[in-house]
Amino acid sequence: MSAPAEAPATGAFCLALLRRQLTLAARRPIEIGNPLLFFAMVVALFPLGLGPAPDKLAGFAPGILWIIALLSNLLTSETVFRSDFEDGSLEQLLLAPQPLFMSVLAYIGAHWLTTGLLLALVSPVFALMINLPGQAIGALVASLLLGTAVLSLVGGIGAALTVGLKRGGMLISLLILPFYMPVLIFGSAAVQNAVLGTPAVPYLAILGAMLCLAIALAPLAIAAGLRISVDA
Amino acid sequence: MSSGPSGEPLLAVHDLCLERGGRELFRDLSFEVRPGHLVQVDGPNGAGKTSLLRILAGLSRYGFEGRVERHSLLLYLGHQSAVKALLTPRENLAWHVAGESAYGDTEIEDALNKVGLYGYEDVPSHALSAGQHRRVNLARLYLSRSALWLLDEPFTAIDKGGVAELEKLLVEHVQRGGAVVMTSHQPLRVAYQVTMLSLTDGLPA
Repeated sequence: MSAPAEAPATGAFCLALLRRQLTLAARRPIEIGNPLLFFAMVVALFPLGLGPAPDKLAGFAPGILWIIALLSNLLTSETVFRSDFEDGSLEQLLLAPQPLFMSVLAYIGAHWLTTGLLLALVSPVFALMINLPGQAIGALVASLLLGTAVLSLVGGIGAALTVGLKRGGMLISLLILPFYMPVLIFGSAAVQNAVLGTPAVPYLAILGAMLCLAIALAPLAIAAGLRISVDA
Repeated sequence: MSSGPSGEPLLAVHDLCLERGGRELFRDLSFEVRPGHLVQVDGPNGAGKTSLLRILAGLSRYGFEGRVERHSLLLYLGHQSAVKALLTPRENLAWHVAGESAYGDTEIEDALNKVGLYGYEDVPSHALSAGQHRRVNLARLYLSRSALWLLDEPFTAIDKGGVAELEKLLVEHVQRGGAVVMTSHQPLRVAYQVTMLSLTDGLPA
């Protein structure tokens, strides 16, 4: 008789997926570097465009930093499932006996670790480049940590829906940009308030609430999107 | 020889109808796959073999009528090999996204050895040929603990010796109480009863 068929536990499977995705990312360091490079380039352009007056730059800094973070996330969100769709791994993932909800979270988690987390960690350097006041740096890092996680989850929905299309780039922006807006508003508001010396915590709390909601709901949408994309 | 197919069905199909592009590919297709079944799906190009297998696997969930019941873990090999070029064959198998089971290191080495990839375990897969990619994928069959195998054209890009090995493996699997549903244009040369499912002539007896 055939050996008893037991699939590995969901936790172990998700850890293996996470490790796989991180290894893949580490073997393509250029793809990890791209969003950071984009961030650096755009930040460097602002003083040239707006004029180098430090006060003026400091006023715009929270908004500038958050908008660039959002755009660099948008640039990478398309690639989350792309290569797995092209080589057939995605089909296999959908057939896995483990819940797709958790596998999808592992994918998005790996994406966030290689984009949002790194971006948040290096953001203080960019913040100094455009003269963001020092007392706001903590709020910037915290808001980026929470906010980029929401962006990765929401971006994953767009990626899942458009993965079957040859050129999904523009469509994905149209689909998910509206959902990025609240994150941008509260994220930059947190930094703005820290600059003014008023508490940033309420805004961070709202970002945290958004993250909870996104963790609970986005994987459902991503899983459904992937099933539709593979079925078509 | 082994005993014939018996036991609880691993897969049951009821009244399956599929239409693609205004053409009916098959209708009222009903069959059961039990342990010991070696089923070859046959038919000309465009007859719906791949579509049928994708429906059986559960990848196609809409656009057909009828019901498919799956009663065991299954392994599906499609046209694409699902081998990541940036990972080595060993990593590809150890972290496989199909989540069938967690394999030990020696198990993986054994399996790669059996598909003729001894010495290639830790070479990045982009350095391998197309046929070797297929072989990495076929190594999953040696590791598999699923009873039901759904194989879409498993012989593509495999050399003659590899095909013979694979045929032997399929027979071993059904004799152990597994079942295989596969599509292929070549007749299987095995000393085992192959159930033919022809998508042009209707149903098997």
